[in-house]
Amino acid sequence: MNAPDRAAAAPSAGGSAPPLNPAEQAVVDAVLAERRHLAGALLPLLHGIQDRLGYVPPGAQPLIAQALHLSRAEVHGVVTFYHHFRSEPAGRHVLQVCRAEACQACGGEALLARARERLGCSEAAPTNAARSHTVEPTYCLGLCAQSPAAMLDGRLHARLTPAKLESLLAATESVEAPAGETA
Amino acid sequence: MSTTLTLYVPRDSAALAVGADAVADALRAQAAASGLALNLVRNGSRGLLWLEVLLEVATPQGRVAYGPVTAEDVPTLWPALMADAVGEYPSHPLRQGVTEQIPYLALQERLTFRRIGVTDPLSLDDYAAHEGWAGLKAAVGHSSATILHEVTHSGLRGRGGAAFPAGIKWRTVAHAHSPVKYIVCNADEGDSGTFADRMVMEGDPYLLIEGMAIAALAVGAEQGFIYVRSEYPQAVAVLAEAIERATQAGWIGADVAGSGRRFDLQVRMGAGSYVCGEETAMLESLEGRRGIVRAKPPLPALQGLFGQPTVINNVLTFAAVPTLLARGADFYRNYGVGRSHGTLPFQLAGNIRQGGLVEKAFGLTLRELLYGFGGGTRSGRPIKAVQVGGPLGAYLPESQWDVPLDYEAYAAIGAVVGHGGIVVHDDTADLAALARYAMEFCAIESCGKCTPCRIGSTRGVEVIDRLVANRANPQVHEQQVTLLRDLCDTMLGGSLCAMGGMTPYPVLSALNHYPADFGLAPAAVAPEAAAAN
Repeated sequence: MNAPDRAAAAPSAGGSAPPLNPAEQAVVDAVLAERRHLAGALLPLLHGIQDRLGYVPPGAQPLIAQALHLSRAEVHGVVTFYHHFRSEPAGRHVLQVCRAEACQACGGEALLARARERLGCSEAAPTNAARSHTVEPTYCLGLCAQSPAAMLDGRLHARLTPAKLESLLAATESVEAPAGETA
Repeated sequence: MSTTLTLYVPRDSAALAVGADAVADALRAQAAASGLALNLVRNGSRGLLWLEVLLEVATPQGRVAYGPVTAEDVPTLWPALMADAVGEYPSHPLRQGVTEQIPYLALQERLTFRRIGVTDPLSLDDYAAHEGWAGLKAAVGHSSATILHEVTHSGLRGRGGAAFPAGIKWRTVAHAHSPVKYIVCNADEGDSGTFADRMVMEGDPYLLIEGMAIAALAVGAEQGFIYVRSEYPQAVAVLAEAIERATQAGWIGADVAGSGRRFDLQVRMGAGSYVCGEETAMLESLEGRRGIVRAKPPLPALQGLFGQPTVINNVLTFAAVPTLLARGADFYRNYGVGRSHGTLPFQLAGNIRQGGLVEKAFGLTLRELLYGFGGGTRSGRPIKAVQVGGPLGAYLPESQWDVPLDYEAYAAIGAVVGHGGIVVHDDTADLAALARYAMEFCAIESCGKCTPCRIGSTRGVEVIDRLVANRANPQVHEQQVTLLRDLCDTMLGGSLCAMGGMTPYPVLSALNHYPADFGLAPAAVAPEAAAAN
């Protein structure tokens, strides 16, 4: 569709991807061993890697391609087609705010804008400079009768108000602070 | 009853999202402090979602509901729960009375959802005690031809939105010659305003498993997949556990309910792509590729998953099947109107006071749902527009709220019943912005295979932006309206699937019924037929 842009945006599309670090390598090997024999194994593989690492490292793509007898382009195409998969780590906390119609009807867009502003994230740069938070839109969490809704670090929250959102975000920061000091 | 207190706190995502786990923890702590034996059941949701967390207590009069409950309410609630448990009638501001008698629930016609919220979703005993497996047992005793006849005769149509007769689809697969056939459940419930599939998977997973097993017996398939969207991790977890337990118990697996037939089931997770709800894109995704729509023919019924004959149905379609086999096709068929037989679990969502799940026979009106069940908007402002059938469904103005909800009547006004999702907007909604969003969403989610959808959606956003920006310039404004209609016509007629082909529904209905939001005088509106076409 838009090949030059995609190639520019994705380091693995051309040239060689950065090699995996040992932790990444261990996860990729383990998931490949566990799931490569499934029928239609690619999505289960990518889920397995992302569930454990938080992202699918570009360096994993050639290994997956080899294991499944696919071209690297096919694997790359799948990783980048699906919104769920990320090629680099997200912030330490991930907030996904629903912007589908039922949430729009109850202030979802304003909530998303507020979260972005509050955390220093934007549509173009979903992860803030401190890498503490990633804010992303999502399109329906199935909580449409209790809108607006969001998911924070895998936990669902419905009937959100600006005040509730603020207390959720404040809680991520209070968890954050001691960890930062010891690090 | 005096020593053991039985309480119900839903484990449905809708309850978890408003603090159900915290409520459960608080109740356990309170019981421990009181030295009382607590039987805490984590049930599915009753679907009265404005009352979540809906806590129920077992009483001599039946289950009594309290809601919406938070963990902070538990200390003041505790004496009331104790009183209810011994048959007294305490007064408490959150007390809703006997659950089954709450009008919202009492006025429904629950067939598919009759167990949901009542039972512990993962309890095989609970399932069996509430008519579970009756459909599968009946199916085991029938020939394939009889099952196909029953499903066809019931009038059941695909509940995912396309409304294709399930029996005819099953028959096609049954008659296809192939040693390998598949049953695939489309649980990629991506439409905004819909959550019925999620509630079934989380609240009554064995019902879906039973429906798919019946389909497998009918068509001769031995392998099934449930494709669940990644936004539903709770549903994935519940289904995986339910499949494990049902297999251990012999309801599926090597010997389906003693039939001597095999049927294995797997859950697969999507990855955040709306278009994978389109059945052929879903097949591509299951096979490990990008979710690119396939051209039809060949029909998936003949060449579907991995090229083999495949039954693909939505969660609600499979979930309707056990009932019609257990109670007979005529029982099911007698609900509904015209060619829309049975019930549809409608989902009231968006800006609505009493949002939730309303299962009713086809034929009721939107007005009954919006005001009778929904009680008007949550904001207290007038309802301005109602989108029925998901992001690809039309916006309906008040003049259309008395049209009976059935597939044909809706098609006649250029609208769709779809998956039964109903999203309410109050008078602060800007329909031009919502029309723009429809195009934007299509641009984000288009698979990219066909040009009208891939390019048309992006051009659509631009045209609407120019249209809105040039309100003061009549000549440019009029050109853009013409351009938008022309573009919608191309997308309607030229797209490969419903993604591009139906995005014009919300756009044109917004333009036709809410011209003022686009800076148009009402007189400039083209006839409704333009939208219906």
